[in-house]
Amino acid sequence: MKEKETKEYTLYNDTVMDHFLNPRNMGDVQEADGVGEVGAAACGDIMKISLKIRDGKIEDARFKTFGCGSAIASSSMATELIKGRTLEEAKNFSNQEVVDALGGLPPVKIHCSVLAEEALKAAIEDYEAKQAKTIAA
Amino acid sequence: MDKRFVYLDHQATTPVLEEALQAMLPYFREAYGSPSSLHRYGLQVREGLKEARQQLAQMINAESEEDLILTSNGTEAANLAIKGFAEANQRSKGNHFVVSATEHPSVLNSIEFLTKHGFEVTQVPVDLVGRVNPEDVRQAITPKTCLVAVHLVNHDIGTIQPIKEISAITAEKGIAFFVDAVAAAGWLPIDVRDLGAQLLSFSPHRFYGPKGVGVLYRNRKARVTSHIHGGVQEGGRRAGTENVPAIIGAGVAAEIAVRDMAKRIEHVSALQKRLYAGLWKNIDFIKLNGPEPGPLRICNQLNLSTEFIEGEGQLLLLDINGIAVASGSSCVSKSLKVSHVLSAIKLDHALAQGNIIMSLGKDNTVEDVDYVVDAFAKIVKKLRNMSPMWKEFEDGEIDSVIAPTGRGKSFTQHAADISGKPAH
Repeated sequence: MKEKETKEYTLYNDTVMDHFLNPRNMGDVQEADGVGEVGAAACGDIMKISLKIRDGKIEDARFKTFGCGSAIASSSMATELIKGRTLEEAKNFSNQEVVDALGGLPPVKIHCSVLAEEALKAAIEDYEAKQAKTIAA
Repeated sequence: MDKRFVYLDHQATTPVLEEALQAMLPYFREAYGSPSSLHRYGLQVREGLKEARQQLAQMINAESEEDLILTSNGTEAANLAIKGFAEANQRSKGNHFVVSATEHPSVLNSIEFLTKHGFEVTQVPVDLVGRVNPEDVRQAITPKTCLVAVHLVNHDIGTIQPIKEISAITAEKGIAFFVDAVAAAGWLPIDVRDLGAQLLSFSPHRFYGPKGVGVLYRNRKARVTSHIHGGVQEGGRRAGTENVPAIIGAGVAAEIAVRDMAKRIEHVSALQKRLYAGLWKNIDFIKLNGPEPGPLRICNQLNLSTEFIEGEGQLLLLDINGIAVASGSSCVSKSLKVSHVLSAIKLDHALAQGNIIMSLGKDNTVEDVDYVVDAFAKIVKKLRNMSPMWKEFEDGEIDSVIAPTGRGKSFTQHAADISGKPAH
């Protein structure tokens, strides 16, 4: 028991816990160019990602999440990964990248990373819809 | 406030009493015989077991210690009560069960198993605080009903059920009545004869006994058939060598639970009220699930829903602050479903998501409670700051379920609108 007393037991690995406890890019981008808000039908979690886009590149990405530790960590990591990428690159973004960067998620929590991918893509769709409107006008 | 370690999950399990542990220790290496053996090693242990049975029987005022069947845990006791009773009585009494909708999974899933083998079940609904209406039980009984099962206290929201009113009905109809008392034992005096239960289960690790032993009380009029086959231990109703040290410890824990019951109830009731008052004073948009602290609620727990944030995040941040709690949120469950109890009291899905259960014990203090209130208020603030729902509520886009402002659409409607995609 001696060794165990000093060991910290956490539900998720150190990277996930770090992103949950010290989330990166939490908040809303002011005057965002694209906003995506999606919900997971399976568990009820909700994720919102807002983007600042300049010259076809994601200049800033921020998130807000109503959800569990892994949902918060997934959105934190997704925004971290996506900053600086072109829109074309961002459209090919996959949840697996979030899972890998977090050092893995429990099987039952993989859907949290899918939600992050969906929120990002919804934000890009929102941006492109707004762009199309501007051009049409 | 300095960080403290506060265990608030006594409904999951409790630490073993020093007296129980000391009583158990000789049974590992000195009195290690099998109680079935006929030599001095066995006979010595047999005497110890008899005393433990008497202590456990006295805790529920059973007529005799012979009326107890010792199992490996509360779940096995519930399985035996349901499946063992069904097996023994299906020919003579019928194949229909009446149960409350908020029973523990060990009861509901045992019955669900039997429905695949020709049995039928009627689930009686509960009201908004989780109480069963005895008249609904009466209405659900058919000529084929063999057993009614209603728990004494709900494991999730702490509701105390009107057991005596229900047993008056089962007695009148001549139907056996099983009471799962796992969430009650140790925190509410139990008298099986007064309650009118023919079968009653409880679990000593919930009142400072060891894990590895559960108890099924069985009135002589209620026949049950073994579903663990082998030797003739437990009067042939539960085969297998007894977990002797655990049973010895359980007996001591039962005796001390009876001795200290009034003191423990007074202590945790006061903490429960302090916790309730403190949380509600410091946090807005928070809802109590189950009855108000008082005669309809078990004295040692609170089940609450904090709006606009999710339960697992609350649980993790509480844990980081040294505070151990439980949650009925879907994110916490491996099946991604909210607790069936929260569904049964028709709790809004968004509120079920923000669910936390805090269960107190004899060793918690006023300082613990004040620390938890302070830490929880900060955690709620932190998580709301991260939640898109909180901002949308402040902007008037969505409304509160707990304290509607009349502005914006409901949280649940909003969640449904944006999650219109197929489930992952």
